[in-house]
Formats: sequence, C-alpha cells, structure tokens
Amino acid sequence: MSDLLKVDGLKVHFGGGKKLLGGKKPTVHAVDGVSFSIPKGKTLGIVGESGSGKTTAALAVLRLVHITEGSVELGADKISTLEGEELRNARKRFQIIFQDPYSSLDPRRRAGDIVREPLDLMNVGEENGRDDAVAELFAQVGLRPEQRALFPHQFSGGQRQRISLARALATKPELIVCDEPVSALDVAIQAQILNLMIKLQDDLNLTYLFISHDLGVVQYICDEVAVMYLGRIVEQADRKTIFSQPKHPYTKALLSAVPSAKHSKRDASARVVLKGDPPSPINMPKGCSFAARCPLAESRCFDTRPELKNVGTNHIAACHLVK
Amino acid sequence: MALLEVKDIVVDFATRAGNARVLDHVSLKVQAGQTLGVVGESGCGKSMTALSIMGLVPDPPGKVTSGSITLEGEELIGIEEPRMRKIRGKDISMIFQEPMTSLNPVFTVGEQIAESLRLHEDGSNSEAWEKAVAMIRSVGIPEPEARARNYPHQLSGGMRQRIMIAMALACGPKLLIADEPTTALDVTVQAQIFDLLKDLQSDNNTSIILITHDMGVISQMSDYVAVMYAGRIIETGTTEDILASPKHPYTRGLIACVPHLEENPSDERLPLMEIPGVVPPLTKLGQGCAFAPRCNQKLAECDHTKPEMTQCGDNHMVACLALSGEAAS
Repeated sequence: MSDLLKVDGLKVHFGGGKKLLGGKKPTVHAVDGVSFSIPKGKTLGIVGESGSGKTTAALAVLRLVHITEGSVELGADKISTLEGEELRNARKRFQIIFQDPYSSLDPRRRAGDIVREPLDLMNVGEENGRDDAVAELFAQVGLRPEQRALFPHQFSGGQRQRISLARALATKPELIVCDEPVSALDVAIQAQILNLMIKLQDDLNLTYLFISHDLGVVQYICDEVAVMYLGRIVEQADRKTIFSQPKHPYTKALLSAVPSAKHSKRDASARVVLKGDPPSPINMPKGCSFAARCPLAESRCFDTRPELKNVGTNHIAACHLVK
Repeated sequence: MALLEVKDIVVDFATRAGNARVLDHVSLKVQAGQTLGVVGESGCGKSMTALSIMGLVPDPPGKVTSGSITLEGEELIGIEEPRMRKIRGKDISMIFQEPMTSLNPVFTVGEQIAESLRLHEDGSNSEAWEKAVAMIRSVGIPEPEARARNYPHQLSGGMRQRIMIAMALACGPKLLIADEPTTALDVTVQAQIFDLLKDLQSDNNTSIILITHDMGVISQMSDYVAVMYAGRIIETGTTEDILASPKHPYTRGLIACVPHLEENPSDERLPLMEIPGVVPPLTKLGQGCAFAPRCNQKLAECDHTKPEMTQCGDNHMVACLALSGEAAS
C-alpha cells in the first residue's frame, strides 16, 4: 500500500528573532525533528501530554504554521514548499476538524452556508448543484437536510461536530486532520461521533491524522500510534503492539496512568506514576528529554540523546535502555 | 450515623421556557472516610447536587423546594447564612473543575490558602501563612516557601490543581466535594492528583464526593457510586456492583460507550455501543421515565410511569420498570 502522507524531519520552532534592543528572543522547539507516514485509508494517532507538540505538528502538516525545516508530501506532491495560489488549491485535499465545536463554527451563519462555503471558495462542482451537494453531505454525517437553515447555537455539541465533519468533507479531501475531535463532547456523544468517523473512513477511503490525549479513543480508532514527548516521537508502532508491548518508559507510564474501569482501586499499586512536569521546550535538555522524570534513567541518559531505533517489526523507540 | 445525608432534595429553576426541575428527589448518604462517585452526562444534575450541599444554589432563579441535607445531624437547608459561612470552607469544601479560573489571579497562592485559615481558625497572620506553606508542602509541591509567593499564572495546570486541593483541605474538612477535579489535566497529572487525594483521605479520614463522567476514574477512586440522569438518581451501589453488574440501561450504556483501554486489543475494531440522542431539556420532562426516549429496553408503561428506586442487591438499588420484575423475583 502506498503512503498518502509522508512527513520527514519536520521542525517547527517559534521565536528566535531579534529583540528590539538587541539580543535574541528564546527559541521554542515546539516540534523538533518528526518523521512519519500514513498509508492511504489508514489512521495514525499522535498522543502525548499537553505541550508535547502534537497539535503543532498537525498544523504544520496542514501548512497552518510556518515550517522551520523538513518536508511534507501528500501523494506525489510536496506541500511543504507550495506557496500562494498553488497552496490554496492544494488545500482541497487536506482538511481539519477542530476540538471545540462551539468556537469553530461561525455563530452568525446558517449550518448549510457553513458547509457550502468550502464548495464556493474552492469552486467545487457546478454552482447550481451545490445546494444538493450540501444536502448530501448533511445526510452523510447523519443530519437532516432541513437542518441546513438552522444556526450553530441551535445544535447540540455532537451535532455541531457533525457539521464540522460535513464542512471538512465538502471538498472531498484525501486527508483529514482531527485535533481532539471528541474531547469536548459528552461521553455518550463521543461514541456516536467515533462510529461516524469510522463509517466515513470505510465509505470514502479517508486517511486520518488523529491527535488525542485520550488513549482509549486512540486505541479504538487508530491503526498506528506515535507517542510524542517534548517535540519528538519517542515511540511508534501499530495499534496492537504499542498497547500490548510498550517499550519506552514514557509510553508505559502514560498507559498505566489511564484509569481503567476493569480494575478496582485496590490493585492500582502496579502503576508507574510520573513526578513533575515535562521540561521547557525553550531550554531543551542535552540528553534524553524524558530523563528527568524517568524512573529508569542512568547517567548516559542525561548526556546523550537516544535516537529512534528498531525494537521489533514496525516498532521504533528512542531509549538507551530498550534493546 | 452517616456523615452527610441528603434526603429527597428538590431544586427548581424558573426559566423562560418554564419550570425546570434540576434535582428531583435526590437522596444520598456518605459515611466518614468514604468516597462516593457521582456519574452522568452534562446536564444531569451532578454539579447542582454539589452546589445544593454547599448551599450555593443560585437564588434566583434556583430554589431548593423541599428536602433535607444534614451534616453530622445538623440541618443545612434553611440554615442562617452566617452559620453556613462557618461550615462552608471549614467542614465542607469544594474543588472545581477549572484550576485556571477558580484561583484569583491578583493574589499569591499562599495568600489565598492563608485567607481561609484566617477566616476559620484562630491565630495570627504569620501562623496562617506558615500553615499555608505547610499545606503546599503536603500536596507534594517542591520548594513550598517559594511557590507560596507565586501567582497562579506562574504555575502549571497540575500545580494549580494541587493548590486548589491544598486550599480545600487547609481547614481539615470532614467532607470534600471534587467536581471533575482532573478533567482539564493530562492523564499523568491526573494519576498524581488521585494518589494525593487518596493519601490525604487516609490521613485525615475525609469523606469525598467525586463528580465525574469517567467510569475509569470511578473504579480507581470511589467506594460507592450514584448514577444520575435528568435530575434523578437512577442507580446506586458499590463500585464493584455498578462496574461488574450494572442494571440500568443508562448505566450499561455509559460503561459500554467509552472506548476502554485494553492491554491486548483485538485485531478488529469493534463498533462502539451508542446511546442515541441527547439528555432531554429539563423543562420538557414528561410523566414517564426521562431515559425512555433513548432506551433500548423500553416498555409501553415507561412513557407514563416514573420508576421508583427498588432494591436489586445488598447495597444495589435501581430505578427502572423493565428491571423491577426481575429484581423482585
């Protein structure tokens, strides 16, 4: 199977410019050398704590933040170097669903207009056929066509996220970036949206880049999972491997921190509880960025940074202690 | 005697769309040193239950219509406000969901903890400050003397929630109400906060009411569980009972609709169970069971008869007509 999205050595740094009175502003290493690829029709999940750079990486793929270094390829096209009108036209092929369905829809526009806007802007299809296209999109995401005339505040959170999905699907994209699409929704509604996303993926052969901090959701929806820590991928494997045989101590800690409904509170002793917060992405540590919180850290972990290496079939991890 | 007893509390809100009964005969009991988990979707009355215990139901538009809440035998409904102010923050305290918005940005965190100590305990200002620093140390924050002089924006989300906990526990409350205390935090920080709460609970024999929508959190933290739907409690029981053998279709749905993390995931992605629809608006509740329109086991009588709580195990009660036949047999 060919890869739809290929990201190579992606770096996004913020700041670093000159201060008004001389001197340099500090550089934030938000994404610091990330590479991954997604085969067509599959889902890659990126997980990590807040501040790990997962959202910035996704925005860089969509060219919504400035890429400092590295390349992003969608199919045969290199989208990291496109500019102006070419970039605008390419945007048809990749869309995004945001976390908060309350702030990502224009409150003054009707739902039908919100979904129609990408069709008008990108000149998709015949102008007089667009209303039918919108009705079709509404049906696809499980909304009734007569709801096109309503305003966003008349919808519930789950329905709004359906509108976001319809808007993202309007230009028939190949890649959809989902930035925590269900974490703002109520528990009972999350399942409705997740099931819809899987159905749409099967029907339309969509490729998802799925950003989340909810490991249960990631396990449910993703084919492959990358774990990010302080701007870098520290472990990546297919869904089954990463959850059953995690290698990196950070992945292990992250998995064990998730409260499970299957174990009672009495047998929580086996958990690895991390102390403290991640270090600052301004002063990146010299060695492994996780060393300061790692229960297994040795002296070499503080001196040299571990590179990603193969630790199994389709399984990479960046840790000195993993064989 | 239970530490806290809530009996048949009814809270009404006057809205433009008519009267909304946000709590409909809610009854709860919390024993000393125990944790009660309250679960349900948003709009089910979880937070309103907490506010009515704290005596903080916004009035108007809200009003406690009937019922009684007793803390160690003392009635809290209709109590004089000066007395309630002595209880609030000292005997009962609360941790809110958003550590970012519930701290005052213009005072240092040490100052904010010392404030409740000065209000509720005798002693000089410097004693209150020293105790505030000691509280910050006890919630596991390094360099407590320096952190006490920090403003909230200088601390991370996890640290701020620890400060909130330190503040809530400063006067040694008998009951701590935690309203989704970790929803805004990362899982790793959430695990730290839970360990901290459990340690502090076993040290001081504090009772905790934990409000959440996450069944995983329930299984880790609580002894008893109450499930709420549309202002009513629809199932109660021990955590083991509720998680291992949930009875009410809504409780079953809540557990099944969340993708739980498995150590050995199956090869196939199995479809998640859905609860169709949304929580009905509280102004439009009919005669019958509020869950009936979303229920997959609905009977004809569910539309016009409200189910009462019936016993279905030693400590297990459920309000469902489809089950009452089963439970009785």
